[in-house]
Amino acid sequence: MLQRFDLLAAFWMTLQLAVLGAVGALVLGTVIAVMRVSPFSSLQFFARMYVTLIRNTPLTLILFFCVFGLMNAMGLRFGESRDTQNLFWGVVAIAVYHASFVAEALRSGINTVPVGQAEAARAIGMPFLPSLRHVIMPQAVRGSVAPVGNVMIALTKNTTVAATVGIAEAAATMKTMIEFYPNFLYFIFALVALGFVVLTLPTGIFFTWLSRKVAVQR
Amino acid sequence: MSASNGSQAAEPAPGRGAVRDDPLVVLKGVNKHFGALHVLRDIDLTVHRGEVVVVIGPSGSGKSTLCRTINRLETFESGSIEIDGQALPEEGKALAQLRADVGMVFQSFNLFAHKTILENVTLGPTKVRRQRPAEARQRAMELLERVGVAHQAEKYPAQLSGGQQQRVAIARALAMEPKVMLFDEPTSALDPEMINEVLDVMTDLARDGMTMIVVTHEMGFARRAANRVVFMSDGQIVESAEPEQFFSNPQSARAKDFLGKILTH
Repeated sequence: MLQRFDLLAAFWMTLQLAVLGAVGALVLGTVIAVMRVSPFSSLQFFARMYVTLIRNTPLTLILFFCVFGLMNAMGLRFGESRDTQNLFWGVVAIAVYHASFVAEALRSGINTVPVGQAEAARAIGMPFLPSLRHVIMPQAVRGSVAPVGNVMIALTKNTTVAATVGIAEAAATMKTMIEFYPNFLYFIFALVALGFVVLTLPTGIFFTWLSRKVAVQR
Repeated sequence: MSASNGSQAAEPAPGRGAVRDDPLVVLKGVNKHFGALHVLRDIDLTVHRGEVVVVIGPSGSGKSTLCRTINRLETFESGSIEIDGQALPEEGKALAQLRADVGMVFQSFNLFAHKTILENVTLGPTKVRRQRPAEARQRAMELLERVGVAHQAEKYPAQLSGGQQQRVAIARALAMEPKVMLFDEPTSALDPEMINEVLDVMTDLARDGMTMIVVTHEMGFARRAANRVVFMSDGQIVESAEPEQFFSNPQSARAKDFLGKILTH
């Protein structure tokens, strides 16, 4: 059975979705969070809309929109093979969706930084972005590590939604395996579950370690 | 009432530097509301180069707000504020540049919690003034020496006492070579035994000719170091006089009432 189905390749696809999606979500989420706390009301408004809209939309819907809407209907294809094209939009959907959660996690971290820190930065003549970079964010990230870690774990597991648009990741492969070997149902479940634990457990341990290491002293 | 009179001390007292007739901070008709509350009412105030102005008054009188409005940490609705002939710009690069010239010391110190004492002092000079790190570091050590915390340079703010933190905050503001220093109740969050170490640093600064606007309840400091005392009540400047004159012979009923409450014990 394991010779017939390349479970490792499937998890490799899961890993690519998770890692690329995580990078995208972190970058995009940071930008959204910065917009949210910026002194410009139009940026604040955009960020608030983004979070409200995306956070309350099912990931499946966003993924369908990307793959069936943007890729198939509008023909926005990136990459050579069908697999790469699928992977691209899968990553985009996962990044866009989780960026809203990352932004909220970062914002909650920013809220833990006393307002006096920002005032002190402004008082020595720092403009908005430098004060964010040198004073607010280094402290905000410390408060955000644990919640961002939770988002990353959720993101890893949410990659299974990619199975719905035919991306051959772990869950899609699992479904096919079960169809061919219904007798091994529980074994297959356990195997895939173990695979995800192997992926997410180190993530959890890493973020717990990181949050302890960077905890700020007041 | 205009508060810009009587700023020239004829004979500077020992703790006071010389005041030149050179307006540095000029507030004209400044008004501000917090919702329905009119916190600043038609504030006119001129502070000259080298002058030390102590702002006193009951809590809620708007004195902290006045202090924070001068470098626009608080906005105001009408009137104008000029610093060294330059009107306060809107939020943005120009305002940031202007703030760099105005040192501010907060009641709650507000040292950057994730940076060492030394980094707290060098951050502004390196990132805003673009000084070379070595140069900024050397200057920072001189300033820390001057306020008496140089031996704590590698520690983090939380490891220092309140008095030490506030002295670092003063060094941090001085590192920007400000034209004027604002003190917003700098000793109000301190344990009693630490108040004097901070006031001593401030008295030295005053003697060295730094232009200072100090919101405080420390009447001893006002007598010792101020060229002028400004008394605020209900968002207005009620009285403005030399310290001796103000403390011995207050003119307004509100000032008499306030001094009666604080000086009797």
